[in-house]
Amino acid sequence: MKNIMITVLTVGMFCPMVIFAADNVQVPNVNPVPTQVHIRSLAASCAACHGTQGKAATAPLRAGADVTASLAGVDKNHITQRLMTFKSGAGSPTVMHRHAKGLTDNEIIALAEYFSAQANVTSAPLNSQKLRADHAH
Amino acid sequence: MRTNRRDFIKLAGFAAAIASTGLSFSARAKGRIPNMGRVIVIGGGYAGATAAKYLRMWSNGALEVVVIEPSQQFVSCPLSNLVLGGSKTIDELTFGYDMLKANHGIQWVQDQVTAIDVIAKKIKMQRGEMHYDRLVIAPGIDFIYDSLPMLQSAEAQQNIPHAWKAGWQTVNLRKQLEAMPDGGVFVMNVPAAPYRCPPGPYERAAQVAYYFKQHKPKSKVIVLDANAEIVSKKGLFTKVFNETYAGMIDYRANSAISSVDVAAKSVSTEFDTVKADVLNIIPPQRAGKPAQMAQLNNIDKRWCEVDFLSYESKLAPNVHVIGDAVSAALPKSAHMATNQAKICANAIVQLMAGELPDANPVFANTCYSYVSDNSAMHVANVYRYDAIKKIMVSAEGGGVSVAPSVLEGSYAISWANNIWSDVLT
Repeated sequence: MKNIMITVLTVGMFCPMVIFAADNVQVPNVNPVPTQVHIRSLAASCAACHGTQGKAATAPLRAGADVTASLAGVDKNHITQRLMTFKSGAGSPTVMHRHAKGLTDNEIIALAEYFSAQANVTSAPLNSQKLRADHAH
Repeated sequence: MRTNRRDFIKLAGFAAAIASTGLSFSARAKGRIPNMGRVIVIGGGYAGATAAKYLRMWSNGALEVVVIEPSQQFVSCPLSNLVLGGSKTIDELTFGYDMLKANHGIQWVQDQVTAIDVIAKKIKMQRGEMHYDRLVIAPGIDFIYDSLPMLQSAEAQQNIPHAWKAGWQTVNLRKQLEAMPDGGVFVMNVPAAPYRCPPGPYERAAQVAYYFKQHKPKSKVIVLDANAEIVSKKGLFTKVFNETYAGMIDYRANSAISSVDVAAKSVSTEFDTVKADVLNIIPPQRAGKPAQMAQLNNIDKRWCEVDFLSYESKLAPNVHVIGDAVSAALPKSAHMATNQAKICANAIVQLMAGELPDANPVFANTCYSYVSDNSAMHVANVYRYDAIKKIMVSAEGGGVSVAPSVLEGSYAISWANNIWSDVLT
């Protein structure tokens, strides 16, 4: 975690226009720091259940919910603690136990930082539509 | 890397297609938006649509992204087995591309790719041609009919649907199941791995059995599996077949199909001929046609070899392949297709800015299978890049559910709603 903070501060000093950790705002294309580039794609892997940038189309995070939760803007300590608990194997196994065990502690901390830094909003739901008669298959 | 705009549009219908996306070309031409070059994405499925979105997002709009997709709608393969079970309709799994296009300024051409010139960096479509700086091919799958030529025609596929690309094929199979009298036999096959969606055929058998159990309890499901055993979630599916649907599902391993009698709806294996009332043949598969056009399917003449840091083809520079078409020891799932798309997009944004891609990509795969209208089970894994083997390998901790549950059924619906929103908005 210390390393991440140092990197952010260092680059931040040289590129004051660039806003970090909220990659929908201003992504540094020219000279991204490796941690940023690494974590945004790992965090994007969580989108299948938790929405783009952790902004789920389903529901905000709450205990005992039977839908996968929005993570955007959630306190980073809370996310870290939940992931560490999953990683320890406590409770009946869900996909989160599988995933947390596959992540390093540093990745868990970086993911928690990433999601907590996102705006606390949910994604707009997507409406389905009638299948067109001319659909090919 | 920069593209000469004058050679951009060489076709009549194309300007109109672009204009309909609402993107202002005059604004771009005046240089108000920085231009890192043009990426063309062939295919608007899970992989292609995701790549287009994340290329635009992570390049902060500096990459021009053009998607070429013949279909006007996106129909989800995940959950489409529930249409066969009767708890979903195809219309609940069908979406438009409007939000994706509008939210991210993606240029969209509804057309079919007819040729790809990887030397000149040009693609040809029915209505014209276009130059790219980098090309992403997300072609999905193409069926191989070499060993089943009797199923090649559209008529044969009406009679004996594959229903392995969701849409009218799915509806067709559901209608046949509805029309079948009680006491009938549904016969389906599982092609030899690798194929799209490893647990999908077994989920299908369970969904059809679920429908029969509710409405046609004297009916049977016969599964002819070309593989030596159940390919995915074996213990869980075995239990579901033997307990939840006891006496209804006749599962036969090592039963590759040698021929099909289309008129009689009978299917022969090395050992046996089975007569069906409703027959569903899932043919063997290979990388979709655009990958074949570019001759990128070098593994067994079926799948495409790529660099797992960027998904760049091992055969053609500046051409990337993602999704089911990739040759990898990774499941051909929707979540995996989106993961590959994101790693690929991340790498392209880096490469086109003159930077190196992430040297240690990590992603997770989650796959749920429904065994009734509301009960599901998972297989889930983290995969990380192995710098020595140069492939994605399974990380510690992956595995499957203890048993199917209603809670996991809810999670599975959440998965679907969120992945649709991630891919299409």
